[in-house]
Amino acid sequence: MNGKSLFGLIPPKIVYPPIANALTSIKAVSPPKRATFLIEDTIDSEENMAFKVGDAVKTGQKLALYEGATSYAISSITGKIVNISEYPGDFGKKYIAVIVDGAAKEEADTQFKEAATETTLQTAIDFLSALPGAPDFSLFGEENHGIHTLVVIGADKDLLMATNQYVTTTRAEALKGGIALIKKITGIDNAVVVVPKDQIQNYGSIGASVKAVEQSYPSALPQLIIKDVMGTVVPANKEITELGYCLFSAEAVAAIGTAMETQTLPTTKLITVIGKDGSPSMVEANIGTPIRSVLAACGETVGEKDRLILGGPMTGATIFSDEHPVCPSTDAIMVQDKDDVALVSDYPCINCGDCIRVCPVNIPINLLVRFLEAGAYEDAAMLYDLQACIECGLCSYVCVSKIPIFQYIRLGKYELSRVQAAEATND
Amino acid sequence: MISQKKLIVSHAPFLHCGRSITEKSYHTLLAALPAAIAGFFFFGMPAVGVVSLSISSAILWELLFNTISRRKVTIGDGDAALIGLLFAMLLPATMPWYAVIVGTFVAIFIGKQIFGGIGGNSFSPVMVAMAILMVSWTDMFDFEGMLVAYQFDFSALYPLATLKHLGPEAASQFNCLDLLIGQQVGGIGATCGLALILGGIYLILRGFIRWEISISFLAGIIVTAYLFHVTDSQQYAGPMIHLLSGYTLIAAFFLATEDSSSPVNMTPMLLYGALGGVMTVLIRNIGSYVDGVVFAILFINCISPLLDKIRPKAIGKVV
Repeated sequence: MNGKSLFGLIPPKIVYPPIANALTSIKAVSPPKRATFLIEDTIDSEENMAFKVGDAVKTGQKLALYEGATSYAISSITGKIVNISEYPGDFGKKYIAVIVDGAAKEEADTQFKEAATETTLQTAIDFLSALPGAPDFSLFGEENHGIHTLVVIGADKDLLMATNQYVTTTRAEALKGGIALIKKITGIDNAVVVVPKDQIQNYGSIGASVKAVEQSYPSALPQLIIKDVMGTVVPANKEITELGYCLFSAEAVAAIGTAMETQTLPTTKLITVIGKDGSPSMVEANIGTPIRSVLAACGETVGEKDRLILGGPMTGATIFSDEHPVCPSTDAIMVQDKDDVALVSDYPCINCGDCIRVCPVNIPINLLVRFLEAGAYEDAAMLYDLQACIECGLCSYVCVSKIPIFQYIRLGKYELSRVQAAEATND
Repeated sequence: MISQKKLIVSHAPFLHCGRSITEKSYHTLLAALPAAIAGFFFFGMPAVGVVSLSISSAILWELLFNTISRRKVTIGDGDAALIGLLFAMLLPATMPWYAVIVGTFVAIFIGKQIFGGIGGNSFSPVMVAMAILMVSWTDMFDFEGMLVAYQFDFSALYPLATLKHLGPEAASQFNCLDLLIGQQVGGIGATCGLALILGGIYLILRGFIRWEISISFLAGIIVTAYLFHVTDSQQYAGPMIHLLSGYTLIAAFFLATEDSSSPVNMTPMLLYGALGGVMTVLIRNIGSYVDGVVFAILFINCISPLLDKIRPKAIGKVV
C-alpha cells in the first residue's frame, strides 16, 4: 500500500491495493433476529407518526416516519416494531432508530410491486433511495434539476475496499439494467462508468462509456473523479450535483436494476470487512443487521479499546458500539486492534512540507493548520483555502508531527457552516 | 443499543505513515556523522572533545529551558542533539570550551526556544549561533591561526582565506580531489566533502530533506562563481574551490535545508536555494567575510516566508 519509489525524489504514492481479483468468494450473513433501521429524521409529534411500537412490518416495507417524508428506510426482515428512539450521528446529525424483532415466517411487502408496474421517477424517489448503496433520488425531485450526466462509481473511494469493484465484476447485467432504467426515468442520456485502471478491459457493452481512474489514492474520491475523468473542476463553493453530475455507486445502480427486474427491493448490502490484519473479505448482510453479527460471521472479534470504523481507513468514521446497524451506505467495516491505533500528538508543525507535496488540491496546509489550531476558521477559509479541501486525509497520514490536520479541517468546516447557518437565520 | 464494551472513537484517517520528528532527527544525525568522523580523523581528540561538548551542552540547554519554561521535555526528539552536532561541525577543532557552550546556548535559547521551540524558529538556530560567535570572537574563526599547532600532511592554509587574501593564483595550489576527500583546513565536519555529499544523498533519497534546496543552492554557487570567473579570472576563482571548501557542502545538505526556516513550495525552494548560493559567492568575492555561507543563509531564512507566498492556486479555489 505504501508504494515508495526507489528514488525518494518522487514523493511516495499510496496505491489502492489490487484486492478485487482476490475476492472471489462471498460470505452471506444470515438474516438477523433483531434489526435496526436508521431514518434521518426527528420525532416532531408522536401522534402523526406513520408507525408505532407494536406494528407489524413486512420484508421490503418502506418505513417513513411521516406521510410523504423524503427520508425513509426499507425493512429487510418481517416482524414487529419493538422500539423507536432517537439516535445521534456524526456532526450533529439526528436519526431515528427503529428496532424490529423478527418473526418466524417471512412475508414480502407488495407496496413496491404495485408501484413498480409503471416505473416513473416518482416511484424511484418514493422507494429506491434506501437501496443498498443509497442512491439519492431526491436530486431529481425538482423540475429543473439540471443533471446531465450519470456517473456510476465502479471504483472504491478508500483503500482496502472492494465493494463497488465486486459489483462491477459480478453483477454486470444488473448494472446494465440499472443504467438503462435511470436513463429512462430521468431523461439523462449521458452515462459514464468509472472503474479502476487495471479492470478497464473487463467491460463489454454496458450502456455507458467506461472510463478509468488512476490506481493511486485518492484519485477515486468524488471530486477528483469529476476533475480527472470528467474534466470539470469542482469549485469549493459548489456541490458536485450543482455541476450537473449525479454520482451513484455501482452497487446502488445494480440494486436498481435488480429491483426493477424482480419487482422487489433488494435489502442485502455488500460489505468489505477489513480485519485486524488488514485483509479484506466480502460479505453480504441484511441492512439493519448489527455489525457485531457481521463481524462474528467473519471470525473477527472486537475487544475493549479496539476501533470499529464504518468505511475505509482514510475517510471512514468510527462508531461507539458494535450494535450499530448496517446502513445502506455502509460499504466497509474495518476493525483496528488497540495496538494499531495511530495516535495524534500536540507537537507543533515543523514546516517540513510533506503535506504540501501530498495534497491533491494544493492547499497550503502548513499555513492553514496554524490558523485552524488557533480557531481562526474564517481567516483559514478566506486566505488559506480551507473550503477547497476534498477530505482525503493524506495530510494527517504523512504528518511527522502527528498533528490531527484532517480533524482540524473538518472541525473548521463544520464550525464555519454553523456560523453561516446562524447568520442566515439572523437575516 | 448500549453495550458494555468501550471502543476508541476518533477521527479519520486511521493510518499513519509512521514517520516522526525523532526519526527525522536521528537519521539526519546519522547522515552527518561520517563527515564528523572524518573530522576526528584529521583533527584528532580535540575535535572529539568539541563535538561531544557541543552535543551534550545543547541537550542540557534544551533541558534547562524545558524546565524553567515548564513545558514538556523535548530533548528526546533529537533536535537539540542535531543542533549541537551541526554547530560543532562548523567550528575549528581547538575551539575553547566556553565558546562552545556559549554557542550552543545561543543556538538553543535565542535561535530556537524563544521562538517557541521546534518549528517556531524563523532562522536556523545553528546559523544564529555561528553569526553571533563569528562577530563576537572573530579570531576563533581564523582557521589557520586556530589550527597552527597541527602538523598536517597537506597545506595548512585555509582555502577560502588564501583565495580572499592572495587571489586565485595562490588558491590554485589546492587540488579538487584533495579538497573533496577532506585534505584541507576548516571546520571539524565541514572539510570532508565526500562524506557530506554521501550524507546529503542519503537524506535526499530517504526524503528527509528537500532536494530542490540543496541542488539549487549548489547550482547558485556554481553559476555565480563561474560568472565572476569569466568576467575577471585574475581576481575571481572558478566554481570548484567555492564548491569544495568552506561551509558550502554542509550548508547545502544540512543547514539551508533546516525545516522551519525554509520554504516548502517548489518554486520558492528553488529560488531560496539559488539565492543562498548567489549570496554566498557575492559575500566571498566582494564582501569582507572570508566565508559568506552563514550570512547568506540567515538572509535567505529572512526572505523565506515571503518566497513561500509564491504558491500554486488551490484546485477548486473560489476567488
